Amino acid sequence: MSEAIEVTDLTKIFGTTVAVDHISFSVKEGEIFGFLGPNGAGKTTTTRMLTGVIPPDSGSALILDHDIQHQPVMAKQGFGVVPETSNAYADLTAWQNLMLMGDLYGLPHAHASDRASDLLKTLGLLERRDQKVQAYSKGMKQRLILAMALLHKPGLLFLDEPTSGLDVQSSQMILSLLRDLSQEGTTIFLTTHNMEEANRLCNRIAIIRSGKIVALDAPEKLKAAIDRLHRIEVSFDRDIPANGLARLPGVVHVDRTGDKWQITVEDRDLVIRSLVTFSQQQGAVIVTLNTLAPSLDDAFLRLTREVPP
Amino acid sequence: MNPAGFSEQVRRAWAIARKDIRIYYIKGPVLIFGIFMPVFLFLAFLMGSRQLPLAFLVSGLVGMALFFTATAVSPAIFPWEGQAKTLERLASCPITVEAIVFGDMIASTLFGIGITLITVIIGLALGLPLLHAITLGTGILLAACCFSAIGMLLAVPPTNTPSNIMMLSSLIKFPMVFISGIFIPLEQMPPWGLALAAFSPLTYFTDIVRYSFTGTNYFPVPGDVAALILFTIVLTAGTMYLHKRTMPKRM
Ligand SMILES: Nc1ncnc2c1ncn2[C@@H]1O[C@H](COP(=O)(O)OP(=O)(O)O)[C@@H](O)[C@H]1O
Ligand SMILES: [Mg+2]
Repeated sequence: MSEAIEVTDLTKIFGTTVAVDHISFSVKEGEIFGFLGPNGAGKTTTTRMLTGVIPPDSGSALILDHDIQHQPVMAKQGFGVVPETSNAYADLTAWQNLMLMGDLYGLPHAHASDRASDLLKTLGLLERRDQKVQAYSKGMKQRLILAMALLHKPGLLFLDEPTSGLDVQSSQMILSLLRDLSQEGTTIFLTTHNMEEANRLCNRIAIIRSGKIVALDAPEKLKAAIDRLHRIEVSFDRDIPANGLARLPGVVHVDRTGDKWQITVEDRDLVIRSLVTFSQQQGAVIVTLNTLAPSLDDAFLRLTREVPP
Repeated sequence: MNPAGFSEQVRRAWAIARKDIRIYYIKGPVLIFGIFMPVFLFLAFLMGSRQLPLAFLVSGLVGMALFFTATAVSPAIFPWEGQAKTLERLASCPITVEAIVFGDMIASTLFGIGITLITVIIGLALGLPLLHAITLGTGILLAACCFSAIGMLLAVPPTNTPSNIMMLSSLIKFPMVFISGIFIPLEQMPPWGLALAAFSPLTYFTDIVRYSFTGTNYFPVPGDVAALILFTIVLTAGTMYLHKRTMPKRM
């Protein structure tokens, strides 16, 4: 076995929304696979189908060689999940939550206790183990949920935006634990809308947009495509025609908010020079001119453009 | 260990039951409701209808206590957990929907039995003779399983609003009490009333309880027991089948 996850034509439709649109990909054993996309792209829906929480409308997923629909228990026994929304039992203590997981995964009690203590210590929660989860901060809850997902030493771990909205300390703790787990051979499927996080952590990244995978590659290769993109923000003292701007050499895309134009460009130098000429031709004065680092949106724009629909 | 095997799934269902008891049953308000509701109902009965014999009243009380307690909490568990997103956690764990439902049933069965024993003790304290203890014990056990299946059946509509489910279950539970020979003895019922009563498992349980305390019964006792077993099997299978289908809609 060398593929931990094998997805074929997976599709989910909610009413008229195609949340996930015939996606296929595979995740190799031992790799950290990033699933990157903006809000509403279909990351959570995909994760829920892969972890057997909701059934797909069509297509299939093999998780650790078990079909998630036909052998759900066998598949689930092999992986751990950190879902998007925190969901430990608030009325139980951290320890009781962990012991419940131990029972649900069929671990012997002594084994579960040892492992729970280790995990709580690693995640800085040992002192709070007998406190109800109700009283936990968001970061502490998320660390506990990670511990719950790891209790049975899964070979495969799903995480749905595990660090979004967390304090820096919790987020660092989680990311460093993920690195250690990966070193020990755990396969990790991680969804995120944070490009930097994906870039730092992942062996390969799939970029999903509107339910479709628009790019799938090693981060360095994706970055190469993205790093060529920059944004320039410019404003003039009078109205100028938008299509005139869009036709300038090196301009990829033009947007307008208020009196400012956001221009996505491939070659900053070239565009700035042509902007100067353009404003002279229009008899306009440049009021402000800023260059901005490439944003995720630019990257998506670029990547969607490169993949034939 | 085969995680998908029957015995392993039963063990995991027991973990669900312990979780339920801890979170939903061993709570001040739930326990107080469970203990005081039958007591108050009993007092209301006692004052309202002096012409009915005490033994008849206590039998009805035991029947109601078990029916209401075994169906009190379980219909709301899935909506609560759906709202709190803990159900999503369970759905991604290696446990089948059937085992989760079974675990919820175990918890409500145990709760129902516990509270019902209290009402039996009240009856004994009032000086009622218990003529057939083993029959009563068997009846309570079977009926508790049966009623907990009803409780889970009431939870089938996939809403995550507990109050909706509680309203719906009251609408179904109260009429069931009226057709089950608790307020009106089966002997005094019109034929259409008896026909309705035959469809309520509570009828057979009340009959067993009356037999245990007074020695009189309407249906043959083995018939009561057989009816309860049949209802339990059909309702349990039905609720598991339906929950398997509606579970994804809760996510
Ligand atoms: N339970 C649901 N019912 C209806 N629509 C849904 C449901 N879950 C997700 N969607 C829709 O599916 C799309 C993808 O959502 P989601 O998978 O949550 O995206 P992401 O996790 O990438 O932010 C969105 O348009 C969302 O509104
Ligand atoms: Mg999401």
